[in-house]
This record gives sequence, structure tokens and C-alpha cells, in this order.
Amino acid sequence: MSRILSGDLPRSRVLAAVLVLIALGLLAAPFLFPGARSLNVAAKVAVFVLLVASYDLLLGYTGIVSFAHTMFFGIGGYGIGIAAARLGPAWGNLALGFLASLALTAAVALVIGLLSLRVRAVFFAMITLAVASFFQILASQLSDFTGGEDGLNFKLPELLQSRLACYYLVLAAAAALFLVLLRIVNSPFGRVLQSIRENEFRCEALGYRTVFYRTAANCLGALFATVAGALYAIWLRYTGPEATLSFAIMIDLLLMVVIGGMGTLYGAVIGATLFVVAQNYLQDLMKLASDAATGIPLLPNLLHPDRWLLWLGVLFVVCVYWFPSGIVGRLRR
Amino acid sequence: MRRHDWLPLALIAVLALAAFAFVPSTPTWLTLTIAGLAMGMMIFMMASGLTLVFGLMDVMNFAHGAFISVGAYAAASVLIQLKGGMQAPSLAENLMAMAPALAAAVAVAGLLGWIFERVVIRPVYGDHLKQILVTMGGLIVVEQLIHVVWGPDMIPLPRPATITGSVLIGDAAIERYRMLAVLVGLAVFAAMWLVLNRTRLGLLIRAGVENTEMVESLGYRVRRLFVGVFVAGSALAGLGGVMWAMYQESVTAGMGMQMMVVIFIVIIIGGMGSVGGCFVGALLVGLMANYIGYLAPKLALGSNILLMVLILLWRPRGLYPASKA
Amino acid sequence: MLDLKSVNTHIGQYHILQGVTFEAKPSQLTMLLGRNGAGKTTCLRTIMGLWRASAGTIRYDGREIQKLETPDIARLDIAYVPENMGIFAGLTVRENLLLAARSGPPDEKRLERIFTLFPAMKKFLDGAAGNLSGGQKQMLAISRAIVEPRKLLLVDEPTKGLAPAIIAAMIEAFRELKRETTLLVVEQNFQFARSLGDAVAVMDSGRIVHTGAMRDLAADEVLQQRLLGLSLEAHQ
Repeated sequence: MSRILSGDLPRSRVLAAVLVLIALGLLAAPFLFPGARSLNVAAKVAVFVLLVASYDLLLGYTGIVSFAHTMFFGIGGYGIGIAAARLGPAWGNLALGFLASLALTAAVALVIGLLSLRVRAVFFAMITLAVASFFQILASQLSDFTGGEDGLNFKLPELLQSRLACYYLVLAAAAALFLVLLRIVNSPFGRVLQSIRENEFRCEALGYRTVFYRTAANCLGALFATVAGALYAIWLRYTGPEATLSFAIMIDLLLMVVIGGMGTLYGAVIGATLFVVAQNYLQDLMKLASDAATGIPLLPNLLHPDRWLLWLGVLFVVCVYWFPSGIVGRLRR
Repeated sequence: MRRHDWLPLALIAVLALAAFAFVPSTPTWLTLTIAGLAMGMMIFMMASGLTLVFGLMDVMNFAHGAFISVGAYAAASVLIQLKGGMQAPSLAENLMAMAPALAAAVAVAGLLGWIFERVVIRPVYGDHLKQILVTMGGLIVVEQLIHVVWGPDMIPLPRPATITGSVLIGDAAIERYRMLAVLVGLAVFAAMWLVLNRTRLGLLIRAGVENTEMVESLGYRVRRLFVGVFVAGSALAGLGGVMWAMYQESVTAGMGMQMMVVIFIVIIIGGMGSVGGCFVGALLVGLMANYIGYLAPKLALGSNILLMVLILLWRPRGLYPASKA
Repeated sequence: MLDLKSVNTHIGQYHILQGVTFEAKPSQLTMLLGRNGAGKTTCLRTIMGLWRASAGTIRYDGREIQKLETPDIARLDIAYVPENMGIFAGLTVRENLLLAARSGPPDEKRLERIFTLFPAMKKFLDGAAGNLSGGQKQMLAISRAIVEPRKLLLVDEPTKGLAPAIIAAMIEAFRELKRETTLLVVEQNFQFARSLGDAVAVMDSGRIVHTGAMRDLAADEVLQQRLLGLSLEAHQ
């Protein structure tokens, strides 16, 4: 087991138990929770675990705040989407679209990295915000190509038309890539990233060219996000700006990675599961509470199901101040 | 603000003249130019606080958009009560209804700024990573709280009766509201310029933007200055928010967040910590958006980013970089 | 006037000052000498509160100041001229001086004195401070420190990078300053030190390795070699 997890064990009984539970739940989802909605939730959890883990590589391990991550997520989705919709639902086309999206991601991430990682964190954040925004505009404007605001619906090759097969493909890929990420952060490369996060100055003094490492981290994170995007598109049989590129998703990512636990990778599993489940089921709970509180000033509004983001936002802020390693950190205490 | 560096200002004239060459009719050009200037003024009001806060305090407040939204909502609440005054056919009555609304925007946004600085920002001075995260979190929370207090729907915000519609200057139709926006913007800029360049407080701020440590070594308690500038910056954002909301004729919780990208572009173009740079940058962005919106609508949304890239190629630290690198 | 006892300063995990003990007596110019990296600048910054002492006491006029904030230390009439001069380049010379005059517009007589010591200040009064030459910036930095009467001046390498002619002017200016205030000056230029210093403290690796009268050190070449080593030859 230790070899599969690259030596990065959960280090907490509770955490290990929770992780096993989640893993089992995802594995048996089609049978444990029958129904299209729950399968959808499970697939989304799988995809977002990968996406959040790729973001943790950047934020938690290297200390880079980037707002362009959803852009790479979208590129993956559009790679599959455009290929399937414009060229036809064949394996060859999908592969083409997938590889093209990876290439584009690598190029853009490289350029952004080299140009902006020399500047301070704040400027990098702003520039990634501007670039992501630019991409979102491109996606909605080039409607002939990308389907504009409405996005693209498409069919998949025969083998993937079974929801079950599709689901297990997505789950297997996400799980495998998560383990790869675990390998990366526990390698010498990963350790250099962590030391850059702690003290960049000292790292440079020790002879490491930090720009190179940070750019590499940026590219790796972006590539994994692109794969996650491709998986998501395959699952949804749809891709569009709202589903992948919107700033709302970027914020969701931030919430998931911080609440789950920055710099732990397992935090991605916890955070993504918590968030996606909450997004789908918490609102029902809140509605009950809100109805029960009618008559009291402001309380029904605070508990209104649409306000679930408020509470997550508060939890997020609390985590940044007091629990930088999020839930995972607390469990490991 | 550099004293004899007129080049960036000249850029505005250059842009306007270039547009003149491309836009076929003069009245259209005039309409577009006023529209661009008006938009620029409103963006300036929304952005100026942020650049000053960053230049002086080295804090990038990603929650700045929240002050914009809150200011707009506070004013909307006041205006709903003063509907009569807003709809009256006399300019004086309209202005008398607007004034308390603007005051409410400034006061509420400023108060929120004060609370924000104490509670959210103070614990994370010096840690840029945490600042970005915490202020983003603050933005989400404030936006949600707006929904809690004011409800989830968009609130319509009609312009005052005498400041709607357009006026004809020659053949050109110029919106009255836009002219008001230009006037308000110029007044705000003039006031800021006077404070920064003719008062001791302004001297402190300008020096602090350059070198906070030295200002402290000269015996000034810079922390207190920080709070004042943060509150002023938030209040200005609130004012910008009202003007912008009335321009759009609606108030939504997400309006502040939507402006963040444009605001970042403007302060990067202008140079961090420079109010003058922010002013020029905002006008350039406003003009650009309107000219390109007319000449090549597909490019309009991306034109700001192109403008930013071009200016950074010319002056990598912005038009008037004022603060420490 | 200024009394340091066992002052320690840590920056991050680096232990820079390792028990600094010396005195700067009133109405004297105390030179703080030592090789590069000995901790002289750290010493001044610690006195000024820009870096906090992790241990030890700093007494000024009998009062402990090591826990005070920088603005409060400055308000005790202590002026600091840092190594990089701390000039506000975007402000005019006049504005730089105005800012340094905390209690209002500077006294005419003092201004005249500054203009006599440093004529360039009058000439470029309304020009941007960023346009001044290196020597003029240094003059502005010193002028700022004396635009109001101060009881103690902390000066970090006033002659660094200056041409010999300007150094001579600096020496004259400091001779004038000595008459009205106490000074603690960090310097590498031994000639400057020898002409102006009354007392001397020598630092090495975060500690004081010698204190005494300047003329005694100036007379003892063997001691100079031992304490300052090569840097003595390099600065003539």
C-alpha cells in the first residue's frame, strides 16, 4: 500500500477511514446509489478530486496562486468537445482533440510561467485572472468553433455510450492520475517545490533555479487540469463556458483546496467530496432549516439554500487564518 | 505623480485622434469619445482606491469589488426612499435626492472598509499569499451577505428624471448622464490631486508609497495612515459603484466582482501606487472599449488586455510607477 | 546618551547581533567600524526599531527603547540616515525637507545653515530629488536629519560611493554637526573616521571587539591591522 501511495500515508486513523469510505463509495456508486443524479455526483467528485489535486500542486506545494486553472480545465473540455462535435465521435478524433488540448495547455502554461513567474505573487495572480478572462471571452465569441455561450453537445464512441463504462473510465483515470500526483510531490522535484514555497530566497542561494521549478509546477498542474477537463467533458457529453471556464468554478476550486487542506493532496479528496456533495444535497437540508426559521428576522435569509456559498466562504476564511492545512491538517493533529 | 512626464497624457489625445481617423462621422466620434471618457471616469473612481492601497500598504485587496457593490446597494436603498425627488422634473430636486444617496454609498462602503481592514487584513500584513486567499474569501462572503440583506434579485436603479436621455450638440447625441459622470470624475480626480500634492497628508502618502520604512524613521505612525487610506479607497469604490450602477440602471451583487478584471488592467497600466497613472489608464481603457466596440465589436472585450500588453511592452512597470518594485 | 548592553538580533534564523555592548557618549562622534557583514547596519537598524532586538537592552538618555516602535523612537529626536539614503525620489528637495520637519515649516535660520553647508540644496530646491547626483542625495539625506534640532544622529556609511572632493565637503559638514548633536556613524572610510571620530567601537561577526578613543586607535597601526585587516588598506 505504501508503495502505491508513494510513501505519503494518511497518517491519521480517521483520515484513512474517511478516505477508504470515499474510495469504496466511488467504486460502488452505480450499485450503492442508483439513479442518474447520484451517479452524476460521483463522477463529478472523481473529476474534481483530480482537478483540485492538480491545483494543490500549485497552491499548496509550490505556493503559487493562479486564477487561470479553470482555463486549463476548459481547454481539456473543449479539446474533446470540439473534436467530437466537429469531427465526429470516433476514438481517433477524441485522441486528436485530447492531444491538441494538452499541447495548447503546455504552451500557454509555459508562456504564462516564464513571463509572469518572475514577478511578485500579486501580479501573477492578476495576470492569470486577466488571461483566464480573455480565454472565456474567446470561447464565447468564437461560436462557430466553440458553440459560444451555449457550448457543445456531442456523442461519444460506442464503447463509452454505456454510462457505466463511462463512469468507470473517468474514475479509473482520475484515481490513477491522483496517484501519479502523489508520486510527483513525494519525489525530489516535489521536495524542491516545497522548499521554494517555504523560502524562495534560500532556495536560490542553494543553487536551484526557482523560475524553472515553478514554471514546471505550473505546467504540470495545468496539464493535469486539462486531463480532468477532458474527463469531465466525456462524462457530461457536453462542454461550455459556464461548466468549465467560469470564475465561479475557480472560486469553488479555491474553497475545495483550502478547506480540504493545502499541501496535502488528500485534502483534495476531502475537499472535493465535501463540496460536490454539499452542492447537491446540502441545499435540501438548508431549505428545511430556512423554512423552520420563518418569522425570525434575517435568519431565513442566512439559511436559504442559495446561501450555501456564504457558509463555505466563512469556513474558507476561517481555514486560511487558523487551519492552513484544512480538514486534513486537523485530522492529523 | 511625475511632474514633467506628459507622454502618457498625450496617449489619450493620440488614441482619440486615431479614432477620429477611423470613425467615419464626426458626431459619432464625439458621442463615442464622451462615452469613453465617462466610462473611464467611473472606472477611475472604482480603481483609484485599490492602486493607492497597494502602493502604500503593499496589500492587494481582491475584495475591492465588494465595496463597489455595497456602495451601490446602499445608495439604491436610499434612492428607493427618495423616489419622489428622483422623478421630479427639476434638476435641483434630482440632485438633492442624489446627494444623500451618494453620501450613503461613500459612508457605508467606507465603514465596511474600516471593518475589513481591522478584521480581515490586519492579521495578514506582509503575507501576500494569505492576503490573496483571505480577500477572495471576503469577497465571496460579502457578496453572499448582500444577498442576505437585500435579496437575491437585481434592483433596478433608474437615473434621475432630468439626467436621462441625450442632448444634441450639433449632430451628436450626448447622453446627459455621461456628462454628469465626467464632471463627477473630474471633481474626484481634482480633489485627490489637491490632497496628494498640496497637503501634508498627501505628502505623507506619496512618500509612504515610495518608502514606508523611511517615513516611519522620520517619526510618522504609518499604521494610522494605512487605515485612513484603506477607508478612503473603499469609500471611493462605493462612489464609483453608485455611478456605475446608475449608468447600467441596475444593481446586482456580482457587479463589483465583474469589474475586477478591468480594474486590475487599469491599475497595471497606470502603475501601482499612482493616482495619475490610474486616471490616464482608466480613460485609455474607457476610450478603447468604446472605439473598438464601434469599429470592431468582436474585439471589444479583449481590447483592454491588448492595450495592457502594448503598454507593458513600452513601460514594463506601468505608465507612472510610483511604488517600490 | 546611547547605551547598548548585550543586544542580540535575529533575522529569520540568522543570529546577526550576538551580544553587542557599547556606548555613544553625549556631544561626541562615535564611529562604528568593522568589516563588511560585521553587523554594523543591523546595529543601527536595531537601535532605530526597524529590526527588533531579541535580547539585551538599549538605553537612550537613561530610558529603555528596545521595545518601542520606530516612529516613537524617532520622536525622541533621534534621526536616522540609512545606507541607501532613503530619499523620496518622486518628491522635490523642498518636500523631502518639509516632511522631515515634523512640527511645521522649518525654521528659516536652520534652512540657511543647511544651504550654507550644502549649497546644492538651495539650487535644486524645487527639483525632483530623484534627479540629484549621488553626493547631492547624501547631502539631502543629512539635511533632512538636521532640519529640526535632533539629539542623536545615526548615520550609515555617509561617504559610500562618493568622490574624494565630496568626501572632503562631507567631513567639513560633519565637523559642523559635531558641535550641536551627538552622532553614531558607521563608516568604512578610515580617513573620515580618523578626522572626525572621538570614540570608536569596532565590530566583528556580530560582536564588539574593541572600544576606546579614536586617537588611540589612530596611533596604533598594529591594532588597526588586527581589527580592520585588509579593509584599512582599501580605504585611503
